[in-house]
Amino acid sequence: MNWTWFYRLGSPLWFYQTTTRWLPWLSLLAIVLLSTGLIWGLGFAPQDAKQGNSFRIIYLHVPTSFLALAGYFLMAAAGAIGLIWKMKLSYMIMKSAAPIGAALTFLALFTGAVWGKPTWGSYWVWDARITSMLILLFLYFGVLALQYAFHNEEAGNKASAVLALVGTVNIPIIYKSVDWWYTLHQPSTIKLTSAPSMHPDMFQPLLVMILGFYCFYVVALCLFTRVEILRRERKTTWVGELAARSSYEVESDKK
Amino acid sequence: MKFQFQDLSQMLTMDGHGVYVWSAVIVTLIIIIGLIVRPLLQHKVALNQIAQDLAREKLRKEVAGESN
Amino acid sequence: MRSSASNGFCAYLRRDLRLSHRRLGEAASPLIFFIMVSTLVPLGITPDPASLALVASGIIWVLALLATMLSANDLFAGDYQDGSLEQLLISPQVLVMPVLGKVTAHWLVTGLPLTIVSPLLGLMLSLPEAGYLPMMASLALGTACLSLLGAVGAALTVSLQKGGMMLALVVMPLYMPVIIFGGATVQFGIDGLAWTGPLAILGAMLAAAIALCPLAIAGVLRLTSIN
Repeated sequence: MNWTWFYRLGSPLWFYQTTTRWLPWLSLLAIVLLSTGLIWGLGFAPQDAKQGNSFRIIYLHVPTSFLALAGYFLMAAAGAIGLIWKMKLSYMIMKSAAPIGAALTFLALFTGAVWGKPTWGSYWVWDARITSMLILLFLYFGVLALQYAFHNEEAGNKASAVLALVGTVNIPIIYKSVDWWYTLHQPSTIKLTSAPSMHPDMFQPLLVMILGFYCFYVVALCLFTRVEILRRERKTTWVGELAARSSYEVESDKK
Repeated sequence: MKFQFQDLSQMLTMDGHGVYVWSAVIVTLIIIIGLIVRPLLQHKVALNQIAQDLAREKLRKEVAGESN
Repeated sequence: MRSSASNGFCAYLRRDLRLSHRRLGEAASPLIFFIMVSTLVPLGITPDPASLALVASGIIWVLALLATMLSANDLFAGDYQDGSLEQLLISPQVLVMPVLGKVTAHWLVTGLPLTIVSPLLGLMLSLPEAGYLPMMASLALGTACLSLLGAVGAALTVSLQKGGMMLALVVMPLYMPVIIFGGATVQFGIDGLAWTGPLAILGAMLAAAIALCPLAIAGVLRLTSIN
């Protein structure tokens, strides 16, 4: 079995060069998908019979919620790979995933709140899913805070990787207990859990938006990771050459 | 597939739901763009910083070479 | 082998109990915090017994959680500063048993006293009579859970200078299932439902925590404390 490809994945230089090649195309794809989906969803998808136009927020709410959760698992997986195989790159990806995930979780909560006001008359209810999402945001905060609290980079990496893993073990438990807690106190007037089958005309733009958000996520993650690579690999010769070349370009632009 | 609104101003109000829909759109766009722009800026800053450090290092070596 | 493992457990249990016995003021502070803050509740909300009765169970649980969390920070901090943690890490014995001993000692000086004085708080906050037994039972199991989870957080933050606030950020989300089922046990008792159900889930959580947390704590201590 040839494992060299696996080790090459761990090389920051390889990651940097590959993303330099692929990022423009991926960004283009993300922009096309997101703008198509947004215009389609906001202007052309039919209204919801009950909720009217406010339902159009779904085109932002669902993709951000998806990515908020997926991003946490990705962060934890990167942390686990870092702990097990001691790959430098995976710690950098883990560190980059935390702020993006937190921002997307916040967006999911925000769009949910703004959707809630016209739909059931209040910005915030202690619904099971909303509460779980809030706890997810707190989990992200914990990882972020721990990451920046350590002066020693190595220790900070390991600590936040462990915390992310402990969090993944806890997410199902938290979700189940919040769910149970909610059925206990369920107010009779509010019911969010029903997800009626969507009409294809409504669903297609949503699919485009989800794909677009996934592309966006990959682009953002790569950009954050590239900065992290430059910072941590500053002593290597290839980063030095890169910096020298870019400053030379800046000076020749001035002339 | 057809455009659901008669004109753009109607799309802006969305039968009274416009405030909610558009505020969600605007906040999402701001954060998304921020998530792209921030690392791009930091990338530039980091490169400049490294280039400066290298230039300083080089200068110091030259000066040290002359004094010998 | 078995005897050496249980020796590690007993030795550290005894050692930590003796340490907290010497610094009785420090050891008692979570308990005093627990009682003092509960006085703020009637001052802040209302002295009306009927209203207090509604929120009493939740407030007692939240206060117990905060008291345990505040004291969890000291679990490894002292040992880290005086170097005995490093001694423990380089010693050949299994790290899990001493860690479990330390956490047990922590529960004996915080969780158990909290459980014992909780009826007093119930009295002051006019908790309905049917809630006392479920409250004590759930606090006994739940604070043990909280001690174990708090110890994971304490291990993660042991080498940080401002570990206290960081510990709160890190463990608060992990505490939430415990408080859900703890609060529910008391509420079920008050409402005359079968409160042993949620209590059993708390017990299951405690069993899982006893099995997994010491392993996590031992691993984390090895990873982060060597700085």
